[in-house]
Amino acid sequence: MGFFFTLLALVVLLGLTWRYLGSYMEAVFDGRVHFFGFVERPVYRALRTSPEQEQTWKRYAGAMVVFSAVSLLFTYVILRIQGSLPLNPQHLGAVGPALSFNTASSFLTNTNWQNYGGEATMSYFSQMGALTVQQFVSPAVGIAAALVLVRGFSRKNSPTIGNFWVDITRCLFYILLPMAFIAGIIFVGEGAVQTLAGTVSIKDSLNGVTQTIPRGPIGFMEAIKQLGTNGGGFLNANSATTFENPTGLTNFLSIYLLLSIPVALTYTFGKMVGSIKHGFALLAVIIILFGSWVAFTSAAEHQNNPAVAAAGIHSTVGNTEGKEVRFGDTSTALFGVASTQTSTGSADASYDSFTPIGGFGLLTGMMMGEVTPGGTGTGLYTLLLYAILAVFIGGLMIGRTPEYLGKKIQAREVKLAGLGALVMPIAVLVLTALAVSLAAGRVGPLNAGPHGFTEILYGLTSQGNNNGSAFGGLTGNTPFYNIIGAIDMLIGRFGIMIPAIALGGSLAEKNVVPESLGTFRTDNGMFVGLTIGVILIIGALTFFPAIALGPIVEQLSHLRFF
Amino acid sequence: MLVHLRRSLVMAVICMIFFGFVYAFAGTGVAQLLFKNQADGSITANGSTLIGQNWSSPKFFHGRPDDTGPYTSGDNPLAANGVSGESGATNLGPRSKVLLKDTKELVAYWHKLGVNPTPDLVTTSGSGYDPDISQQDAIVQIPMVAKATGLSSKVLRTLIQKETNSAQFGFLGSSYIDVLQLNEALAKLE
Repeated sequence: MGFFFTLLALVVLLGLTWRYLGSYMEAVFDGRVHFFGFVERPVYRALRTSPEQEQTWKRYAGAMVVFSAVSLLFTYVILRIQGSLPLNPQHLGAVGPALSFNTASSFLTNTNWQNYGGEATMSYFSQMGALTVQQFVSPAVGIAAALVLVRGFSRKNSPTIGNFWVDITRCLFYILLPMAFIAGIIFVGEGAVQTLAGTVSIKDSLNGVTQTIPRGPIGFMEAIKQLGTNGGGFLNANSATTFENPTGLTNFLSIYLLLSIPVALTYTFGKMVGSIKHGFALLAVIIILFGSWVAFTSAAEHQNNPAVAAAGIHSTVGNTEGKEVRFGDTSTALFGVASTQTSTGSADASYDSFTPIGGFGLLTGMMMGEVTPGGTGTGLYTLLLYAILAVFIGGLMIGRTPEYLGKKIQAREVKLAGLGALVMPIAVLVLTALAVSLAAGRVGPLNAGPHGFTEILYGLTSQGNNNGSAFGGLTGNTPFYNIIGAIDMLIGRFGIMIPAIALGGSLAEKNVVPESLGTFRTDNGMFVGLTIGVILIIGALTFFPAIALGPIVEQLSHLRFF
Repeated sequence: MLVHLRRSLVMAVICMIFFGFVYAFAGTGVAQLLFKNQADGSITANGSTLIGQNWSSPKFFHGRPDDTGPYTSGDNPLAANGVSGESGATNLGPRSKVLLKDTKELVAYWHKLGVNPTPDLVTTSGSGYDPDISQQDAIVQIPMVAKATGLSSKVLRTLIQKETNSAQFGFLGSSYIDVLQLNEALAKLE
């Protein structure tokens, strides 16, 4: 019953967010919101740019790539020299080169894959000045790229598609900063830690044990970690720890935050292209796929853990291994699905210990390409790539040049959308094949049998989709995994983002074709069904063989242990 | 290209100042002002109420196991995941032989204490230091605690009822008992 009300509350809150945050974001990107003008204008002056200075898609993409390279370098250097920087009460030394490269790529690409345990590796300076900064910047860059693609549809005969610097500045100051700050206060009020005072030791006179507890500026990092669909927490066990995610309320707030911007962006899209119905069609795709995954994953986690059942303990409270009492099994599964399908990757439990079908739900949620609703911005533009493919297939069926929102979808557009949809599966599958072929890859997994294979597949799927969640048994902090993981993350980010920006540029240059009776409708149930079909078919065709070797074999091996 | 580079450097510095330091320092200031106790880690005289401890004496209710094995003595609650000072779960898969063996060991351990364990009591948590147990997890430990303390089952049952926190607003998450608070209340009864 509690879970039903949790879902109901989430639906109501997200419905309001879709409507009002979506409309607010449209106003922000249109330059109608100015309450931080006293910061915004000096930023433009320092950058020597202005909202009137529009860029072509090539200049826009160039600015994005150079800014990303600079951000990567900043993060890398801070991690390498953290031992000589202030705000380091635990006197932690420099982070190694391979791990620093992996971590810098990870936070740059909004992945937040963590091959380290935060409390024992990162100084406060690194957590704040390097990692949290990227947790703000990387979602802003993602949203900017999505804006380009949306402007491709909303403009006509336009050589320019906006200004990268203006877009990210507005996104940072008017959307991410205020929302994260308010959420941070709630996190701390509920019990998340926020101090610069270092570790504390306490002796329990009842129990006779002494605790040494790591602390830090955790609560506010937590807020932007979820809101920006980042997922990289301060502590190793992420949102499972009480210091990051203390109560049922913060668990719910986390789920809400990570879904809020990606969901609301479909409204923003509808408003910008002048048809809320089109935004709603995309939302329907999201709701149907996301809802199905929540249903079977939470049902799976409400089952017994096979190993625990075999030891003679039968559970009425679901699979408790790796889960926290205060959240319960179904809410944990909901968190897992929300986190894997928004490219967030935060974890309030050990996903590695989920039942085979529960783990399947998380893994396949990412394999759908992070579009349901996907990450901040990245979800919207990837979903639009799939929508273009759906329109293309629909057009083939009825024998007409496909159109979407009055824009003719021609060879160039289909090629770019196809490229964007195929980059991720190729990176994930090739690198997984590489990892299982090499000894350096095969030493990674903790678990034996099919679950060990799933750990590798999950790790590379997560990084290729810029998700960042893990089957934590995989030992990722080796030069091999640090480097192929970083490559996977960079391909998964820029291999899709650059085609999406190019597509935006190409669409913006086109004129609008007037709608006629023969136009394939893109705001009705048929289109929603077709888009879902495209997402599922691409995902299933590319990944089924790999999944069959992992979670499916594991589920079917009755009474066998590995 | 050079224009991009100059703007990128400027923007990276601006972002580090605002979203790295201003955000975190302002946040710390507000947090310390409004919620000092929570922001410092909910520290009480006997430890943080948010960090599970290993209770080895049968005079107290026990929490959930960590993965360093069944209740080793002198345990550091943060030594989960085999790495001292790091939080983390066992990450054992649902068909893991190791998990099967560990669970059997834990079942045997509880039986020795005269407790018929619930699933929570034989499985480790996501953080490795779950501070909470469910009401049922506490109720099954009543025979052990009653025998060691001499308190009646009825008194202990009332205590457990009193210390149970319901799910937030009645529906968010699960109901739970904070083991440290339960044991502090228990110590006052003795």
